[in-house]
Amino acid sequence: MARWCTQNEALAERLAAGRTHASGKLVALDRLPTLLEAVLRPGDRVCLEGDNQKQADALARALTQVDAGRVHDLHMVQSGVVLPEHLDVFEKGIARRLDYAYSGPQAARIARMLFGGQIELGAIHTYLELFARYFIDLTPQVALIAAVSADKDGNLYTGPNTEDTPTVVEATSYKNGVVIAQVAEIVDKVPRVDIPGDLVHFVVETKKPFYVEPLFTRDPAAITETQILTAMLAIKGIYAPYGVRRLNHGIGFSTAAIELILPTFGEKLGLRGKVCSHFALNPHPTLIPAIEAGWVEQIHCFGSEVGMEDYAAARSDIFFTGPDGSLRSNRAFSQTAGLYACDMFIGSTLQIDLQGHSSTVTTDRIAGFGGAPNMGSDARGRRHASEPWLKAGAEADPDAPPALRRGRKLVVQIGETFGEGAAPLFVEHLDALELAKTLDLELAPVMIYGDDVSHIVTEEGVANLLLCRDLSEREQAIRGVAGYTEVGRGRDAKMVERLRERGVIRRPEDLGIDPLDADRSLLAARSIKDLMLASGGLYRPPSRFRNW
Amino acid sequence: MERLSYTLNAAAPAKGSRRQAITGVVASGNLEVLAERVLPPDTCTVDIATAAHGFAAVWQAVFSDFAARHQAGGLRLSINDGGARPDTVALRLAQVVRLIEEPEA
Repeated sequence: MARWCTQNEALAERLAAGRTHASGKLVALDRLPTLLEAVLRPGDRVCLEGDNQKQADALARALTQVDAGRVHDLHMVQSGVVLPEHLDVFEKGIARRLDYAYSGPQAARIARMLFGGQIELGAIHTYLELFARYFIDLTPQVALIAAVSADKDGNLYTGPNTEDTPTVVEATSYKNGVVIAQVAEIVDKVPRVDIPGDLVHFVVETKKPFYVEPLFTRDPAAITETQILTAMLAIKGIYAPYGVRRLNHGIGFSTAAIELILPTFGEKLGLRGKVCSHFALNPHPTLIPAIEAGWVEQIHCFGSEVGMEDYAAARSDIFFTGPDGSLRSNRAFSQTAGLYACDMFIGSTLQIDLQGHSSTVTTDRIAGFGGAPNMGSDARGRRHASEPWLKAGAEADPDAPPALRRGRKLVVQIGETFGEGAAPLFVEHLDALELAKTLDLELAPVMIYGDDVSHIVTEEGVANLLLCRDLSEREQAIRGVAGYTEVGRGRDAKMVERLRERGVIRRPEDLGIDPLDADRSLLAARSIKDLMLASGGLYRPPSRFRNW
Repeated sequence: MERLSYTLNAAAPAKGSRRQAITGVVASGNLEVLAERVLPPDTCTVDIATAAHGFAAVWQAVFSDFAARHQAGGLRLSINDGGARPDTVALRLAQVVRLIEEPEA
């Protein structure tokens, strides 16, 4: 006869052990390491909340302070490996195994630790994929999460940066796990209940807000004329002909340039109301001029963005906001929206190979995936039609019977042919392949697979890969927009010219784009200060972006 | 300082009638291009002064494409290069050819 309710019993034991260090649910900040030693068991799966934006930083610090003799071999299952503490726990022997999605600022150190064998890697996921596994085979036994405020019953207000929290709590608390939250302050009544208190077991007051990285802020002052030219090509060569209304923009200056020329170049083309009306997107400051000019109808956000809180609250016609008036973000839902309800993803990358595979991994940096592969992939389970989706599907497979033909998501890679430090965007072989060999990975970390990519845009033109009929056409279409990189100079000029005649490659002159327009005067805002002014003073840029 | 010169077969004569045009700035990662309408309409020459050595093959590739894709016949182009990337060079060349089409300001 099996014994049942063992997880319930284990939870009761953990909670009883934890309560000796708490007063009700409240735990003093200096008792946090002791509390963690009481509730954690060796080998536990632990979600230490953190992604590319918000961080449960006080809990991360406390976890590095536990006695590795008592708490060891933890299996960390978390979105982001971002803070130094996230890797310190591996150095100290507190954690051993890691499943994660994103590691931006720790990309170099995590690469060294993986090479050195200090971390046993499960897999690098996309956000949505890791969230999915929280409910199947990577369910946390303990979740360490971050909120803005709590009441004494543990009801949490997560504010504009709600992000991953509801997903993490759902998976942990409803499967007999322990949830510990850090909050800046304990209040009598929270402004809105983002997480119900009966799912939260312990709360620690830190007296200061959890850390948030302003990851989606791009200073218009740093946008180049090449990026403006490329942005014009994207708008006139893709947004306009497909009529892309529902979309996601990746991070980076190329898409920031697009956002900033919608009210100028886009307006001149008469595209307002016809493109860019619905987004799955963080509140990008560079989208302010387009929002103010009436381009955007609705935006659902993965997270917030530092300084955009008051603006989003004041534009509740556009953003999702709670009864307290402030933004409500939710990464899992917004990723799902990006996957299923958007007709286009457009984003930058570091390397693109001759098949169109792209990667942000270089030999000494493993940045992880984050959310781009969810947005930047064709959703095979999609069943609703839309004009851009049907048009892309017809281009890819013109001979199929229309009623049985799948549509296609537009997955666009955009960038300058030479990136930072004059590194070529186009390569014969991705560094990701080398990395996979060195680390003995079964899969090379590919951000977007070539068969999902529909278009590549550079300053040299737009390559429509949907119209390529075989691999050699595809290779020449890619070489044809690779400019003066080695890959670009290795093109077959005659074949590229034939592809151009067929509209597979469209150059600035084919699209009637005047090179004289590739000027910073085309930007609706040319500085962070301009963005602040465009918001009527509602956008409050973080100090590092203020130079006045 | 490296000095390079190229003579190109121009696909078509430059439009407009303006005698000269100038665009860009001499700054790091940027360049200045002066175009003067002084040559026979089937010819285009380029003279470059650049601080970046060893990129002759890339310059050659940029100019070949430029001469094929733009109407630059009759132009003598002089470039002061501050180590611009090829995409910036190509953009400035496209701009100066457009600029010399415009009526005198």
